[in-house]
Amino acid sequence: MDFTFSDEQRMMAGALRTLLDDICAPAALRRVFEGQDGAAAEGRWQRLGELGLFGVLAPESRGGMGLGDADFVLLAEEAGRAALPEPLAEQAGVAVPALSEAVSAGAPLAEILGRAAEGSARIAVAHPLCPYANVPPAPTYWLVCQGDTVSLYEAAAVAAVPEASIDAGRRLVRPDLPHAGGERLAAGEAGRALSARIANRAALYTAAQCLGLAERLIQLAVAYAVARSQFGKPIGAYQAIKHHLASAQVRLEFARPVVHAAVARLTELGAQAAAAISHAKLAAGDAADLAARTAMQVHGAMGYSWEVDLHFYMKRAWALAGTWGDRNFHARRVQSLVCGGALALGPEETFT
Amino acid sequence: MALDLQFTPQQRQFRAEVRAWMAAHVPRTALATLEGAAGFEQHRQWERTLASGNWGMVTWPREYGGRGANLIEWLIFEEEYYRASAPLRVNQNGIFLLGPTLMEFGSAAQKARFLPAMAAGEEIWAQAWSEPQSGSDLAAIRASATREGDEYVLRGHKIWSSRAAFADWCFGIFRTDPVSTRHHGLTFILVPLRHAGVRVRGIRQIHGEPGFAEIFFEEARVPLANRLGAEGQGWHIAMTTAGFERGLMLRSPARFQVAAQRLVELWRRHQDTADASLAARVAQAWQDARAYALNTYSTASRLMAGGSIGVEASLNKVFWSELDLELHRTAMTLLGARAELLPGAADAGDADGWLEGFLFSLAGPIYAGTNEIQRNLIAERLLGLPRG
Repeated sequence: MDFTFSDEQRMMAGALRTLLDDICAPAALRRVFEGQDGAAAEGRWQRLGELGLFGVLAPESRGGMGLGDADFVLLAEEAGRAALPEPLAEQAGVAVPALSEAVSAGAPLAEILGRAAEGSARIAVAHPLCPYANVPPAPTYWLVCQGDTVSLYEAAAVAAVPEASIDAGRRLVRPDLPHAGGERLAAGEAGRALSARIANRAALYTAAQCLGLAERLIQLAVAYAVARSQFGKPIGAYQAIKHHLASAQVRLEFARPVVHAAVARLTELGAQAAAAISHAKLAAGDAADLAARTAMQVHGAMGYSWEVDLHFYMKRAWALAGTWGDRNFHARRVQSLVCGGALALGPEETFT
Repeated sequence: MALDLQFTPQQRQFRAEVRAWMAAHVPRTALATLEGAAGFEQHRQWERTLASGNWGMVTWPREYGGRGANLIEWLIFEEEYYRASAPLRVNQNGIFLLGPTLMEFGSAAQKARFLPAMAAGEEIWAQAWSEPQSGSDLAAIRASATREGDEYVLRGHKIWSSRAAFADWCFGIFRTDPVSTRHHGLTFILVPLRHAGVRVRGIRQIHGEPGFAEIFFEEARVPLANRLGAEGQGWHIAMTTAGFERGLMLRSPARFQVAAQRLVELWRRHQDTADASLAARVAQAWQDARAYALNTYSTASRLMAGGSIGVEASLNKVFWSELDLELHRTAMTLLGARAELLPGAADAGDADGWLEGFLFSLAGPIYAGTNEIQRNLIAERLLGLPRG
């Protein structure tokens, strides 16, 4: 029993933070939000690939790092903290492990897996829990979960209808799913299981991004509360402001271990796994939501303006709350497991 | 190995051992409330039973009546303890707060004198922090200790002292430097409660029992050997103790997980008439208790890897006190018209116990430093906001 992360895991997350401070600073997000991003998206994708980040969870034999979900979860947090526009979590945390699982089961996709791990094959993911997908720049494939089948299609086979979102920081489309063709990864019972694992991974890594976002939002609000003075002192010296921010911090601190504990459930599909994943998504989503609400209030009218950077992160928090299973889906899932009797509830069951 | 959330075979074996012992020894019927005289004695007897099995305080070294268990084993012990519905720990001020403080600041003689009797339930401890004019503003304390020869002479008035009505000893901070102000010049002293010059007067709590007391020090004399740490170091030691209180030890997650489990059972019995929003609140209570448990395991891992707990203790205190209150409010709502019935009332039925828990949960955001004070600490010491 050890809940800590290793120095190596923290160092890798630190390296990604440094990179994102460089390529995904607020000024870069502003260009994205104002439609002035140009070729920057392509550049960001390349830089992420140069660090090998798309292959963190791919086997070394396919050019990946051969690491595990405990390594990737901190990276997803960093992507959230920076409100990274590109779907690092979907490509590296969802599509690559799904392909890897299919290859292990005999699917002839080893070559595509290798390219996905280096980022040259760019995979968008379609799943009923994510009706609007955030896609990579110039996607090459769609990984499609439909009913009890999981298939890989050439990008051209899927009509992707752009959807305008309040979070202009993501490239959002609604996939018009094809009914035939594509390379089948799994079907029937195996397809249902793979589809469920894809949804669980995506929900967990979305939750991890919410942790990073909550941290960023609180940090922005604290900086503002220290800098902004009213009645002759910084507004952060008033208890009304302190208590708002302290409450947001409490919510964040108690969401973090819930997300980290759910990492250990990604390979399972039972009631404990479903409850752990949904709890993680709810706790982290609520933490980001409260942090966003608090940060706006602390910023006053500035928080309602376009010129202050806060809204990039706030809008991402709102968007992620509704994707890969919205609050309704995950709250109902936990509720039916807890109240319905499918879940062992006692204190001795936390890690069983 | 990083992020390894499996118990080791030794830890599973330890759990099995605790479970078997509890099954054989936990009283079949609940004890009377420990806030009253009769219940206090029953709980003291239970502490002796625990000690007879060497379970008084498993994390302590063997020479003090412990088992040298680590923090993960402590959490396992607590899970099995609450799972078995074992009685509340009447000596929690001693074993959870003063004990760890003695380990850190006590002399070898003090440890040998006090710890084994604490683990054995032979001496029950109360806290003596607050004074009538010194509540949230603890540094305003006035009670004094004047050095005369090899004794301190204590004068002053402490209040809201939990367990003091029936306990044997108290620990508190006293002003040893008469010209000092605020948190300077304070000293941490251990005082017997049945002692010349010490007068204890119980204060009835909201349920009518004397769960806390006032303590009047009227020239009570204690030897210098009852001082913990150095003269003037009292504030620092008291804050360390307060950290234990808000931090890992005082409120085990298992306590809330078992309460959440009982809440789910209560909901199942009332689901046909319960408002739809209550299922969501029940599920939230279970999730919050689980989050608290996971956070505690995370903190325990960090401490075992050489880390320390500082202002994080304030985050804990806010979280568990608010989850406990909300959990019990949900239970009261489920019980509806029967929520007001006292334990033992003719129609109490499954309302039994929830009212007492609800009343106790109301105190959570107040004791051990109000949640308003905790939020100030979080904002200033963790987030770096300026002091008011």
